[in-house]
Amino acid sequence: MKVAYWPGCVSRGFTPELHGSMAKIAPMLDIELVELDRACCSGAGVIAEHNQELADTLNARTFALAQQVEGADLMMNICSTCQGAQGECQERLDASAEYRGHVNETLAKYNLEYRAGLANKNFLWVLVEEFGLDNLRERVQRPLTNLKVGPFYGCYIVRPTDRLGIDDENPRDTYLGLVIEALGGTVIDYAGSHKCCGFPIITMNKEASLKQAGRHLGDAVDADADCLVTPCPLCHLNLDLQQPLAERTVGRELNMPVLHLPQLVGLALGVDPKDLGLSRHVVKPTAVVDWSTSVVAGVGAGDGAGW
Amino acid sequence: MAAEPLTTEGAEASPAHSDHSEPFTLRIRRYDPESGDAPYWVEHTIELEPHRSVLEGILQAKGRFDGSIGIRCSCKAAICGSCGVRINGQPGLACHTHLDKAKRTSKDGVIEIEPMGNMPVIKDLIVDMDAVHWKKVQRVTPWLINKEPIPEREYIVDRESMVDVTQTMACIQCGACVSDCLAMEVDPLFIGPAALAKSYRFVGDPRDAQQYERLKDLAEDPHGIYDCTHCFKCIEACPKGVAPMNQIMRLRRRAGTDYHIVDRNNGERHEAAFVQLIKNYGLLWEAELLPRSYGGPSWFGKFHPAAGQELLSSLPVITKSVLRRKVTPMGALKPHKIPAEDLKQVKEIYETVEGRDQRLEFNLYISGTDENNDGPVSERVEATGDANAEDNA
Repeated sequence: MKVAYWPGCVSRGFTPELHGSMAKIAPMLDIELVELDRACCSGAGVIAEHNQELADTLNARTFALAQQVEGADLMMNICSTCQGAQGECQERLDASAEYRGHVNETLAKYNLEYRAGLANKNFLWVLVEEFGLDNLRERVQRPLTNLKVGPFYGCYIVRPTDRLGIDDENPRDTYLGLVIEALGGTVIDYAGSHKCCGFPIITMNKEASLKQAGRHLGDAVDADADCLVTPCPLCHLNLDLQQPLAERTVGRELNMPVLHLPQLVGLALGVDPKDLGLSRHVVKPTAVVDWSTSVVAGVGAGDGAGW
Repeated sequence: MAAEPLTTEGAEASPAHSDHSEPFTLRIRRYDPESGDAPYWVEHTIELEPHRSVLEGILQAKGRFDGSIGIRCSCKAAICGSCGVRINGQPGLACHTHLDKAKRTSKDGVIEIEPMGNMPVIKDLIVDMDAVHWKKVQRVTPWLINKEPIPEREYIVDRESMVDVTQTMACIQCGACVSDCLAMEVDPLFIGPAALAKSYRFVGDPRDAQQYERLKDLAEDPHGIYDCTHCFKCIEACPKGVAPMNQIMRLRRRAGTDYHIVDRNNGERHEAAFVQLIKNYGLLWEAELLPRSYGGPSWFGKFHPAAGQELLSSLPVITKSVLRRKVTPMGALKPHKIPAEDLKQVKEIYETVEGRDQRLEFNLYISGTDENNDGPVSERVEATGDANAEDNA
């Protein structure tokens, strides 16, 4: 399938391994990525906090660009925060023809127009709803046997449920678990899976922010997880990049690797861990990857030799 | 403690029920802090029609099996806000949740009922609202501070400006949002969603004389408007559609964008830096955002002492990420940008929208969607305050 692909900012900035691993696995899942390289930041809720119409107009521009991609089935992102921020704007734009018309007036001079009803899905949703779990199971080359994975969704992809289309038919707040199972791994149930990583207030109340990250990581350690997996690069920043500081804040050793969703999928599809950028994380995923053999294993993982 | 199973014989003494009644098993968390015993769970199977409420189920269990179960309730119609509990982990009103829906969302077919979170338990399902919720509401001066001189007759107020605060007025003070607030979970001093929504009720009211002072106070408080992590928990929890988080974002909008209150929590600076960076580059430049959030939104912000101090405290993290090539020096020093032609469009959009006389806010709570509304939308798109406008001063 062909998708208008919005990678977001952070996947090209502080978590380049996310964009890289997505590009790596897309052809293996028959997904053709047409990158929306002309689009701007979704605003991550901060632009909307400053001026709602500004956020709506900037995102309407992105949606209009996506609708111009010929033959694309839908728009796809790889960031929970983009999903949530864009979804919020889209809800307003789709609700009223007159408001949409007002926003489109600003875009008219660039020959752009957003038409209501664009399907914009996170890679996680595409994986389950478009590609299909059975299909995914068939493509697995190296099942994640014995790997205990804790899902970490990111707020923007699980709340509010009605805006995100989460219902009995599409239980999108359970998809990470379904994907982990389809890849052959074991899902770890722990308190923090649907909670906030704390990232949005890292510059405002650093202690509270790191306490949130530290608490969820600690809960995952206590639940005996080998690693976490997240579809949100901002969660990844607080859970992985900031983990040394989170350890200090909560006063315990955590050492919990955090994988991006495309990395976890890539491992099961047989891609070399280095090609997925796993060596770029702050917390070495030694519990996930035995680097000497590239075999995924929860037990008997290497000591990190070869790094 | 063992559950008392319901037998058909036992039903004779039960309240009358229709032929359509079904058995539902409730798992209730019991705790009496004064007893000295640890909390425990009990299971009771009640019989009611599926559309009846969880509260009716609890009251039946109380009437039939154990009169000592503690639950607070009054109106049974989602108006008084006293029966806030957690059902299968989700906060809500026991009188506003149907038994069949609660059973469907349970893990194992048993409806699990706990007291609300973030507040101490008085007994069983009753929490101490005074200790947390009401104290925080008091914190925001929850009454109108009159503008002087007080008019001889009533205040004359624009319809639009009152429509703007109706959403917060729908609050019934049940505490469901407080129960689930993730920021309060790690920072009990956070003023929290209910109190901040209440605060917007007055900040958004043109009759209030001290909007600036209120905003300044909430922006400067380290546990104020900038302590919200934007997790949507309160929006999801609220049984009345108040969307407390949206009201917190409106408070921020007024404090930062309208009144330019530069607070000691970096709230205004972070927002200004973020908005400015997207205008300059189209994409976020993280290495620049962090120092500017501390030091100020301009290019010079990163040289401010506060930015330096932050840099120093983050040194272990920075070193590690550079060593792992997660962050390359080039990546940090050079922003990623969108093509020049597109950046020009983004800048023009900024100028057009920010150049408007009044800021537009399209609130779905008030306006509804085209599908459920016939009236012209122009009446439903509201213009919200501009600090420079007379009526807000």
